[in-house]
Amino acid sequence: MSEIILTANNLNKTYTQRSGRFGFGSTEIKALNNVSVQLKAGSTLAVVGESGSGKSTLARCLLQLQPFDSGEVLFQGQNLAALDKQALRSVRKHLQMVFQDPFASLNPRMRVGDIVGEGLLIHGLGNKREQQAQVQQMLERVGLTAADMQKYPHQFSGGQRQRIGIARALVLQPKVVICDEPVSALDVSVQAQILLLLKQLQQEMGLSYVFISHDLRVVRHIADDIVVMHKGQVVEQGTVADIYQAPQQAYTQQLLQAIPGRKAA
Amino acid sequence: MTEILNIQQLSVTPKNNASRFLVKNASLRLSTGKTTCIVGESGSGKSLTALTIMGLLSKQLTSSGQVMFQGQDISKLDDKAMQNIRGAKIGMIFQEPMTSLNPVLTVGYQIGEALTAHMGLKGDALKTRIAALLTQVGIPPERAGSYPDELSGGQRQRVMIAMSIACEPALLIADEPTTALDVTVQAQVLKLLDELKSRMNMAMLFITHDFGVVADIADDVIVMFRGEIVETGTREQVLNHPQHPYTQALLACVPDAEGLKTLKPIDYAWLNTEAAA
Repeated sequence: MSEIILTANNLNKTYTQRSGRFGFGSTEIKALNNVSVQLKAGSTLAVVGESGSGKSTLARCLLQLQPFDSGEVLFQGQNLAALDKQALRSVRKHLQMVFQDPFASLNPRMRVGDIVGEGLLIHGLGNKREQQAQVQQMLERVGLTAADMQKYPHQFSGGQRQRIGIARALVLQPKVVICDEPVSALDVSVQAQILLLLKQLQQEMGLSYVFISHDLRVVRHIADDIVVMHKGQVVEQGTVADIYQAPQQAYTQQLLQAIPGRKAA
Repeated sequence: MTEILNIQQLSVTPKNNASRFLVKNASLRLSTGKTTCIVGESGSGKSLTALTIMGLLSKQLTSSGQVMFQGQDISKLDDKAMQNIRGAKIGMIFQEPMTSLNPVLTVGYQIGEALTAHMGLKGDALKTRIAALLTQVGIPPERAGSYPDELSGGQRQRVMIAMSIACEPALLIADEPTTALDVTVQAQVLKLLDELKSRMNMAMLFITHDFGVVADIADDVIVMFRGEIVETGTREQVLNHPQHPYTQALLACVPDAEGLKTLKPIDYAWLNTEAAA
């Protein structure tokens, strides 16, 4: 269990932003400032923080979807930045992502079967029939049906679309899945369904999750370890029990105090 | 504590399909100095109920029933008469502080609009009042000359609050006012709204889908499901001793910060048989 599957060492990323009234000036924003995190195999690492804290930038950098200025990302000991395009593509199979907005992250012109199967096609895994069978199996696993393969995304509710997004990520049998706010656009009842589904799939498929979230109540229910980010820096990291019961840093304490419903509960 | 709003048998339907109820026979009462939360999932009719009170319902929809505000049925008023109530006696805060403000006008001007329209304030008197309102919501008064894009999300929502309370309304309707905000900012805005409600002795109708927020701010709670009010009670009653199966099921989905609870998604099939029984 305690084998480290994904490591980020001293990641730095700076954005240049136009500033001033007409955008003539420029300011540098440190989106990631010496960020180091470790994901244990088979566990869930939650990255929490407020908007602008750098959590989504971290997710994108971990997947090499975005170049970073310095630092390294190691997947099973392999430095991803050192790989050429082709080698990176084959490693990407093992690193998948589930996005926040189930309405924006699915191509409205593609059938669900093609959306979920696209990864298999790109990586050339199996022949057409095998791919179809895998897609169908995956859809059934996330609680959809074979008939749904012929439908388009708009025919589904938000929760169902998020299931499609999960199926798309998992059909490649990845080892690490990065979930960027996967439940924050969903109603609380649907949120509970998706959280339980993610947990169940993790056990069945031995997945490791990086779970990006701003909701500390959700994180409490899914994470094993937590990284608290603020203004591009890691302020505190530890196990769920440590962070929730004995937060060391003032910022973490402030975040925990601000969770709605603590006063009356 | 006096009753300020009394809604009886309010229904909202599309004009072209009178048998499809978006809100069905909803009745509720609000009193001064109390915060009432309407909770429910998307599509449960909570926002429509608020919009009906304000007379802001989309032209494709029609409502029936009574909306008694300070003893007058405001659902029957024409646009002109409603304009004198909206913004003056009933204030409203919307969810998105980013899109609800006009980006080309200073926030001071936007706060002043309602004061000029409803109270005829001008010149120095207007400036003084705007400064006082900004101070009241915790923004330095010199920010009156700022444009919305120069303020953070939390500050913008404070400006929205200043606008909505400018004419000291008897009723404040807040539709998911903190949903777009970070938790620490959310906590500050909730505290501010609670203080203003007590200080100005307003009735507040607070729409939210977040039970944590309900626990923090509500005196009374109304639970809506598929357009109908399924449960009404004090915060204590509804959160700790929910009676309706839907309320019980909904509460079982809410993650707690202690992580003690086992999450249980709503079983709608079971709920339907339960509702039929």
